[in-house]
Amino acid sequence: MATRKTPAKPNVSADELKQYYRDMLLIRRFEEKAGQLYGMGLIGGFCHLYIGQEAVVVGLEAAAEEGDKRVTTYRDHGHMLACGMDPDGVMAELTGREGGYSRGKGGSMHMFSKEKHFYGGHGIVGANVPLGAGLALADQYKGNNRVTFTYFGDGAANQGQVYETFNMAALWKLPVIFVIENNKYAMGTSQQRSTSSPDIYHRGEAFGIPGEAVDGMDVLAVRDAGKKAVDHCRAGKGPYILELMTYRYRGHSMSDPAKYRTREEVQKMRDEKDCIEHVRDLLLDGKHASEEDLKAIDKEIKAVVNGAAEFAKQSPEPAVEELWTDIVLEA
Amino acid sequence: MPTEILMPALSPTMEEGTLAKWLVKEGDDVKSGDILAEIETDKATMEFEAVDEGTIGKILIDEGTEGVKVNTPNAVMLEEGESADDIGETHATPQGGDEQKQEAHSAPDPVSAPPPSAPAQVAQTMEPDWPAGTEMKKMTVREAINTAMAEEMRNDDTVFIMGEEVAEYQGAYKITQGLLDEFGTKRVIDTPITEHGFAGIGVGASWGGLKPIVEFMTWNFAMQAIDQIINSAAKTLYMSGGQMGSPIVFRGPNGAAARVGAQHSQDYAAWYASIPGLKVVQPYSAADAKGLLKSAIRDPNPVIFLENEILYGKSFEVPVLEDFTIPIGKARIAREGTDVTIVSFGIGMTYALEAAEKLAEDGIDAEVIDLRTMRPIDYDTVVASVQKTNRCVTVEEGFPVCSIGNHISAILMQRAFDWLDAPVINCTGKDVPMPYAANLEKLALTSTAEVMDAVKQVTYR
Repeated sequence: MATRKTPAKPNVSADELKQYYRDMLLIRRFEEKAGQLYGMGLIGGFCHLYIGQEAVVVGLEAAAEEGDKRVTTYRDHGHMLACGMDPDGVMAELTGREGGYSRGKGGSMHMFSKEKHFYGGHGIVGANVPLGAGLALADQYKGNNRVTFTYFGDGAANQGQVYETFNMAALWKLPVIFVIENNKYAMGTSQQRSTSSPDIYHRGEAFGIPGEAVDGMDVLAVRDAGKKAVDHCRAGKGPYILELMTYRYRGHSMSDPAKYRTREEVQKMRDEKDCIEHVRDLLLDGKHASEEDLKAIDKEIKAVVNGAAEFAKQSPEPAVEELWTDIVLEA
Repeated sequence: MPTEILMPALSPTMEEGTLAKWLVKEGDDVKSGDILAEIETDKATMEFEAVDEGTIGKILIDEGTEGVKVNTPNAVMLEEGESADDIGETHATPQGGDEQKQEAHSAPDPVSAPPPSAPAQVAQTMEPDWPAGTEMKKMTVREAINTAMAEEMRNDDTVFIMGEEVAEYQGAYKITQGLLDEFGTKRVIDTPITEHGFAGIGVGASWGGLKPIVEFMTWNFAMQAIDQIINSAAKTLYMSGGQMGSPIVFRGPNGAAARVGAQHSQDYAAWYASIPGLKVVQPYSAADAKGLLKSAIRDPNPVIFLENEILYGKSFEVPVLEDFTIPIGKARIAREGTDVTIVSFGIGMTYALEAAEKLAEDGIDAEVIDLRTMRPIDYDTVVASVQKTNRCVTVEEGFPVCSIGNHISAILMQRAFDWLDAPVINCTGKDVPMPYAANLEKLALTSTAEVMDAVKQVTYR
């Protein structure tokens, strides 16, 4: 199957395009700021930036409805912003402060928002895949017609529990969309060096799960594929696999020596495939927006991100009593 | 205002680095994502990117400079319309996260203790967990567990059970007998043989508003699933700042059965008891199995429920009550005595009680405590008893290193040191994988004779 791309005349309104531009730009600027705060020592530990992959979450969120769930791995900042979580709360969690979503106790990799149906942020590669199927099982049990987007990477696609989950999800027709964000590298190991069969979306065939590859740098192609997958799940036909071909510009984490790929390769993707530039061109070429309009959006986003950074610096560290809270709930 | 470009921290542990090479020079225009410099850390040489657009106004650190501290300004960047003349005095180094580092906590630590001179606590007595005069009925542990699940499934339609052979086969150990007929395939779910996967699905379902009971055919197979139990079920409440708990019960037979060899014979009480965020229960009697399992299903936290195949067929008196529960975290005095405290749980109680009866013939009056819950442990009941008897022996089938008995001994040293008249002895399984041969298997487990010997040692008889 060929990788799904945007048709020549995309079916999208000017407002939608502007929204996607805004949402993707927010993620990119937020992540750049996070990288900066990490460099200043304000963010500690592991920090995995989403820069380059923004079209994936923005496109799929455009296919989701209120009440649909999402769960992902540790490269999770983009998912949280895309589903509407507050940038202040996310950034303050990155700095380990009281104003963070987990009151500073989760960090970059472990954040949740029950209100936005965001079920984490998981630090163990592959572990979130059965968790996503379990969320879908709960929805099926309740009969509420919701779907769960379960994101994982090309690296996680080699974990055994992924296939245990494919089997049960297909067997029980769970309303779960397995979203493989294939950014070509599992940490520093390229897909060629880690994965025996290159087309991961085919791996559902053994379980009877349909799958397709999608240009993950193209927000409209992602949205359309997402809608198709969502319709499949809501129709009670069981799980669906989307393999989104994407690319991360930055290192695996902040301490990535970048020795496993060339600078030219990264630059080429930035120059030729950038998801934000793509929508920017659509907006300008289609005369849906002027340079000034886009500059205004840029400025607005910059203010939001600077505000989040300021909040994340000013918010106090959690009270020492927090060490002992949230361990167990009162029975 | 000109922006300082600071020496970045490029790993969780980096404190300083070498500015190996500048890839831009003063006057260059850069945009976000452009590589500014190469920096050598203790681990690797890394590229350092611009995060904003602007013009390099001044380079402050020459390339080749070693030992540049994190957050030292390396260069100054100018925004549109600014010139190098706008660069003033170097600003103070921005604050790091460390400056607010606080003193070590002073909140209460549930394990640490009042000083040994604390007054003796009021000893618990042998009162049963139900009102006097309650009608009693003989029931096996198997029936008790089955009844507890059925009752809770009738009470709450978000409770369901999943596991291998729980439905059509009626349970590998017949624990789920009849549940499929009453509750149907939606609530009694046969899984493939895929522990890691279905444990994770169970945890996800618990976040989605259900109360799963996940049956492991035995706890030995749950080692395949332990990541989901610990990293997903136990830790999420904490990591989410209290937003999301996991109301789930993981249950199944635990410990040695009979002649099934090393891979199928292990007691996991101490493993799970060491994990904050879990509750861990190991009942001995049928009444405890029923009352504790009902509490476990209602509990909003993940509960590890450790059963024992050999006890499944053993009968006990169980109270006939509409809604009978036993609180998690409360030990039971199974036999009152004055000369020594024997602390045990699960099948270990078989040895403890038998030893106590035989010791009575020798004139030694042993108090026997059934811990019932390994997390949170009812320390007060144990300490109060030892303050009365001044001696303690612990009994369990698990391995000796880092056992529950080891932990109880440590707590008694902290909380009852001045009351102890002899060192605490831990009777445990031996420090060997479980052998298959009948005679060796017997030797590998603890025994009534070992418990009696230990009691005689601590009572100097």
